[in-house]
Amino acid sequence: MEFEPVIGLEVHAQLKTETKIFCSCTTTFGNAPNANTCPVCTGMPGVLPVLNKKAVTFAIRAALATHCTIAEESRFDRKNYFYPDLPKGYQISQYAAPIAEHGHLDIATDRTGEKTIGITRIHMEEDAGKLIHDPARGKSLVDLNRTGVPLIEIVSEPDIRTPAEAGAYLRKLHAILKYIDVCDGNMEEGSFRCDANISLRPAGQQAFGTRTELKNLNSFRHVENAIQYEIERQTHVLEQGDAVIQETRLWDPAKNKTMSMRGKEQAHDYRYFPDPDLVPLIVDQHWIQQVADQMPELPEAKKARFISRYQLSDYDAGILTADIHLADFFEAAVADLSNVKQAANWITTTLLGLLNARGLDITRSPVSANDFAALMGLLESQKITAAVAKTVFEEMAQTGADPGTIVQQKGLEQVSDSLALQTLVDAVLVENPDEVAAFRSGKTKLFSFFMGQIMKKTRGKADPKTLTPILQSRLHQEK
Amino acid sequence: MDLHTLTLAQASRLLGEKKISSLELTRSFLDRIDTHDDAINSFLSVDKADALALAKAADQQIAAGKHTVFTGIPVAMKDLLCTRGMRTTCGSKMLDNFIPRYDATVVEKFKQAHGVIIGKTNMDEFAMGSSTENSAYFPTKNPWNTDYVPGGSSGGSAAAVAARFCCAALGSDTGGSIRQPASHCGVVGLKPTYGRVSRFGLVSYASSLDQIGPITRTVEDAAMVLNLIAGHDPKDSTSAPKDVPDFTDGLAAFDRDGLSGMTVGIPKEYLGMEGIDPDVLAVFENARRLVEDLGAATVEVSLPHTQYVVAAYYIIAPCEASSNLARFDGVKYGFRAEQPRDLMDMYKHTRSEGFGQEVQRRIIIGTYALSAGYYDAYYGKASQVRAMIMADFSKAFETCDILLAPVAPTPAFRIGEKTDDPLTMYLTDIFTLSANMAGVPGISVPGGFSAKGLPIGIQMMAGRFDELSLVRAGYGMEKSLGLDQLFPTL
Ligand SMILES: [Zn+2]
Repeated sequence: MEFEPVIGLEVHAQLKTETKIFCSCTTTFGNAPNANTCPVCTGMPGVLPVLNKKAVTFAIRAALATHCTIAEESRFDRKNYFYPDLPKGYQISQYAAPIAEHGHLDIATDRTGEKTIGITRIHMEEDAGKLIHDPARGKSLVDLNRTGVPLIEIVSEPDIRTPAEAGAYLRKLHAILKYIDVCDGNMEEGSFRCDANISLRPAGQQAFGTRTELKNLNSFRHVENAIQYEIERQTHVLEQGDAVIQETRLWDPAKNKTMSMRGKEQAHDYRYFPDPDLVPLIVDQHWIQQVADQMPELPEAKKARFISRYQLSDYDAGILTADIHLADFFEAAVADLSNVKQAANWITTTLLGLLNARGLDITRSPVSANDFAALMGLLESQKITAAVAKTVFEEMAQTGADPGTIVQQKGLEQVSDSLALQTLVDAVLVENPDEVAAFRSGKTKLFSFFMGQIMKKTRGKADPKTLTPILQSRLHQEK
Repeated sequence: MDLHTLTLAQASRLLGEKKISSLELTRSFLDRIDTHDDAINSFLSVDKADALALAKAADQQIAAGKHTVFTGIPVAMKDLLCTRGMRTTCGSKMLDNFIPRYDATVVEKFKQAHGVIIGKTNMDEFAMGSSTENSAYFPTKNPWNTDYVPGGSSGGSAAAVAARFCCAALGSDTGGSIRQPASHCGVVGLKPTYGRVSRFGLVSYASSLDQIGPITRTVEDAAMVLNLIAGHDPKDSTSAPKDVPDFTDGLAAFDRDGLSGMTVGIPKEYLGMEGIDPDVLAVFENARRLVEDLGAATVEVSLPHTQYVVAAYYIIAPCEASSNLARFDGVKYGFRAEQPRDLMDMYKHTRSEGFGQEVQRRIIIGTYALSAGYYDAYYGKASQVRAMIMADFSKAFETCDILLAPVAPTPAFRIGEKTDDPLTMYLTDIFTLSANMAGVPGISVPGGFSAKGLPIGIQMMAGRFDELSLVRAGYGMEKSLGLDQLFPTL
């Protein structure tokens, strides 16, 4: 039987406000355990939460960027459960009345083309703390720095059908949240987290099958692999005539499989009810308009602008705008260049190649936009050849030195002095009499051999435009 | 001069005139506590050295010409109001060792005014109870007759004011916990409108119902305390950004106009109720005649959903409590059971050993009522009833300015009389719960005595944020009855 996967994604994104959602503690990552705490976020007796307006503004921005309808009145509820990283014994979250609903994202994949994925809702909530287990001492330690950091949860409709679509949706959502500057998108530090719900149903059937929830998906690749595995696993279960069990499964990237969490997590009854310490959240049109007016350029708009302003191909513009920081790098680098296309090519091939090889993102590029622009400038003004530029780039990536210094110190300026080149050509011809003879007897393909020899001698500095006519005339002379 | 007999207003005046010092005043109260509180047990903690230091500082302020109404005035705080550096137990073993790092906003206001915090008063554990017998430490006794309860949950505060251990005290009222003990102890208790006073630093029982208010000897004193503690607090989202009038203007209004022009509503559902003590009825009838004599018109009004108030309250309050008290888990502060086997074992033993029976009962009721499958039938339904009660009050206040009602169906009962019968205990809250459910202000002023010589209060309720009407009518009643001059003999 043919099965159709039905996939929905829940994304938790930490909002990059300076302070927590219900107190004024800093949200700075990496401070000493429990340094970022106060009586409110540690759940001391008698203290009360006060909503951080900035977090609401960020949530509104995310809602607008994903085409959601923003609720004029939303509400905070309490999600009750006991755990040591949850100091109040409940998490403040929006359950019954979220701030935004009914949005969508347009995605494109190679196989299925363009598609719209519905967004069910966006709601605000506070993050929990962290437990650090110390098995040696038989103790668990609690770090409440993360407690109360604002989160938005973005829940997709079950519109996703393939792992590739899930990946495309997540990458798009990730890019947008970074574009609008509400989330730093760091998946390793957990500021962008994803859970996937997945079920199968016989092709053509409307009703959903039993779903499993996948957790521990710490990268886009994990999400895609885990979904792929789970489709295969559930297909196998159903083909055996068995039933899929509704459960939470953990992705184990080392074993490349999902594992049941059964036993570890029982069905919770969270006893949601409206938080009586908070008043309803009212978002009026004026507030929404204010946020809309300050909305940064979104990926699609930026891509269109890159195509029209810089005459980039759809493909290059797509790559350059996939990440706001890459787009910013590009725009900063080409501000004073005339050959924008050349710079774009260098970024999409050489720079991204380097970053991929080193597993870095653009914000941690060893080559700054400034230095990169200087390198392109040397190339444009023909101070160096393309071959030398590659060498200089590698040197820049290694040492972090600026291209001007490297070129100067290593004497890599292009040799375009025709007298000097004539002397060089003559020397090469003398050194390779057999090849000269072969060339003159008709093996004209050897021309590139002589070019190569001269480049070798000049370490790529010879200007091909000056060199070519000189070499040609010398080879054809003394026939 | 017997300094302890002074009202807050009198003491404040004498301090301002430098006729007495805060040190003398504070000492006289401390001496009295020393002599008599063993019999009453109104205080959980008294910090003499601290109180005397505060008194000295206040005297210096006054000497420097910086006298305010509360400078040097000794007050007591119910022990669920957080006091920085001073143990705050909530009457529970759970917080036996808890010393807050912060002051409740109301406490901070007293400190800024150079008031003298003389001690922390006993209470039903986490404010759950109507007799102060649910304190994990000891029951407080009624100063008028120590065989009787002082009411609750702010029984320690009411008893301390009645016994003249302080000029004034703060209590909290979730279902009558200020008004009922004030009635039982023959003092004035004012529960402000929900949102009038910041709840920051009040350890929550039921957040949507809790409100801090004064317990004082006179209505004037209550108005003065309310002047100090009322107002919006950015630390409490539920505190109302409303202008705060001078509540003592209510006294002037009475002195000028009596109660003429005022319409007093008599809820017909209240008096038809079974089980109201004849002494309570007599006091109420007397009060009804009195307000008419003072120039008010009386009119019968209807609060048709009164019969559902107790049931709805004992769903909503426990639901909120079950969540509010979840933070007492042994992880961060307070009591922790010894030698737990694992995390779940620690939770279970900490909460079973740290909380008393009544608190556990309400946590269980609330947890049950919020559970999947029961939420709609219990919390959902109770919230609907609450909305109807609010509507009842809005409608009633279309035809009257204040409502006149008993505070409790009976005078104070004997210690131990009802401890085994929680349901009967819950039913004694019938007249006070509505004001919390509707969010309206209520006051209890002494109205008379029972045949056994126990005080009986009279309750008045007004529309939201109309405490001024309560001050005016309460002051009128007090002035006409003259009961504020009577003291219990200790
Ligand atoms: Zn904090």
